[in-house]
Amino acid sequence: MESLYAITTGVLSACGLYLMLRGRTFPVVVGLTLLSYAVNLFLFSMGGLTTDGATIIDGVRDYADPLPQALVLTAIVIGFAMTAFAVILSMRARGDMGNDHVDGRKHEEREESHR
Amino acid sequence: MMQHLIVLPVVLPLLTGLFLLRSLRGRTRLKRVLGVTSTGLLTLVAVALLMRAADGEIAYYALGGWQPPFGIVLVLDRLSALMVLLTAVLALGCVIFACGGDDEKGSNFHGLFQLQLMGINGAFLTGDLFNLFVFFEVLLLASYALLLHGGGKSRIQAAVHYVVLNLAGSALFLIAVGTLYGATGTLNMADMAVRLGQLPAERAGLVTAGALMLLVVFGLKSAILPLYFWLPRAYAAAPAPVAALFAIMTKVGIYAILRVYSLVFGEQAGDLAGLEQPWVWWLSLATLAIATAGVLAARDLRLLIAYLVLVSVGTLLAGVGMGSVEATASLLYYLLHTTLVTGGLFLLAEMIGLQRGKAGTRIVKGKPLTQGGLLALLFLAGAVAVAGLPPLSGAIGKALLLNAATPDQQPWLWPLLLASGLAAMIALSRAGSTFFWRSQSGERHGERLPRHHWAGVGLLLATSPLLVALAGPVSDYTRATADQLARPDAVVDALLHDAGDAP
Repeated sequence: MESLYAITTGVLSACGLYLMLRGRTFPVVVGLTLLSYAVNLFLFSMGGLTTDGATIIDGVRDYADPLPQALVLTAIVIGFAMTAFAVILSMRARGDMGNDHVDGRKHEEREESHR
Repeated sequence: MMQHLIVLPVVLPLLTGLFLLRSLRGRTRLKRVLGVTSTGLLTLVAVALLMRAADGEIAYYALGGWQPPFGIVLVLDRLSALMVLLTAVLALGCVIFACGGDDEKGSNFHGLFQLQLMGINGAFLTGDLFNLFVFFEVLLLASYALLLHGGGKSRIQAAVHYVVLNLAGSALFLIAVGTLYGATGTLNMADMAVRLGQLPAERAGLVTAGALMLLVVFGLKSAILPLYFWLPRAYAAAPAPVAALFAIMTKVGIYAILRVYSLVFGEQAGDLAGLEQPWVWWLSLATLAIATAGVLAARDLRLLIAYLVLVSVGTLLAGVGMGSVEATASLLYYLLHTTLVTGGLFLLAEMIGLQRGKAGTRIVKGKPLTQGGLLALLFLAGAVAVAGLPPLSGAIGKALLLNAATPDQQPWLWPLLLASGLAAMIALSRAGSTFFWRSQSGERHGERLPRHHWAGVGLLLATSPLLVALAGPVSDYTRATADQLARPDAVVDALLHDAGDAP
């Protein structure tokens, strides 16, 4: 289970990172979302992966660490708000700038200004 | 009442902010009175906290009555009290300035401003690593919205970069916190310090990775060399009162570096102690060099001041990198000076830009200023202070820092720090002579500036002579703060071994 979990987290963060480095705002926002999924998964695993642990401590010895769950919940809420903001911001940038490049300039224009 | 005082710097702006976010369209006066009153009250609370912390007591406030290390705590010591007071004074200047008309260029300025203050104060007071993340997000989310206040192409362009970079930084913050929790099993900073002392050897690698990732995150917030590229454009594009408040944002990163690496990775951490030192020292010197070049190259006054912020970041982090008690004491004095003065300069740049009409703050010949005489005087005062010339506070701060360098650090720090002062002097005198002397032809048609603007700038720049007059007591206080920071076991004792005064 550990290796599957690690591979999933790794692939998600690699994809997120790649998309985040793209030049247009849509892939960047998707990349940020993927990265935040990967981070949430990672946070889950930080208390150690256990199966069949009790969720509520009731005299049992084998229980799941409750703290990562609380942290992930907080991280999800914050990540949601941030994603919403990033989406609105890129829409506004698209509207005001006339294109969806993160620098606000079209690729062709930039080529010309370099010449 | 006294025991609840610690939580007031968070609760007061939160309540005011929430109230101000209600639809109060057209009731500008009410919003302004509330915003200024709340910030003024915050200043009083901060003064009371400072008095309480000054005798060296470390007090904590256990939220919800959950005792540390299980609950989240707010910790008040000399450093956090000082930072909260600094924030409050800076914010007071900004919010008074904003009442001159900038707050009505968009919606919800005052509400967002209070929420930003809540985030900053929370970050300064918290004693919990995850809570630090939460307050970072609060202050960032408010800052995203404030950066866009008033709209405009350049702001949106700068905001896209700023938001994306900071979101990536937040993800890294979570990964670092997760790693540290996985290795130590706690998030309370004092508890983590204790547990690092008993860390099994096979987990040292994990903790090192987590600690250095945290350094990247804090480096991004404080804009250290490879991570500063967002800063100049964002600060130059932000509306003036927001840019001035942002002067404290880089200091939040510096504070976090100071706090985490002195408390968690202090002496008791064994091999892991001071693992950030070499990185911070060399990178801060490089930041200083690059920022000096930026100061000379800037063609716009606001960009110039943004690079001056970067110079101050390099200087302060060099102080952190020196790693001695003297260095910490002098960097704290310099931090007070540089935050308030660069904040005041951002406001002043806006006033100059308003009176020059189309030329704005670009350093080119333009129309003469209507109130040129007074503005020139203020500009001179600000320039002298920020470049570090006597008789204003920059000189004392820099002298203290230069003095704190050990002989093997001197050959690196002295030339860079002095050259940055020289560059600031050259760039600012060039800008000033263009604005006030070379711009004499043409008609004056700038409107007279509202008195709020003068009051805001006056308040911030007046702190510079005040810091000189009170240099003795202030440097005694920063010295005591540095001593307290060097003894993390006092915090551990206060938090984990005392009953405390939790409600």
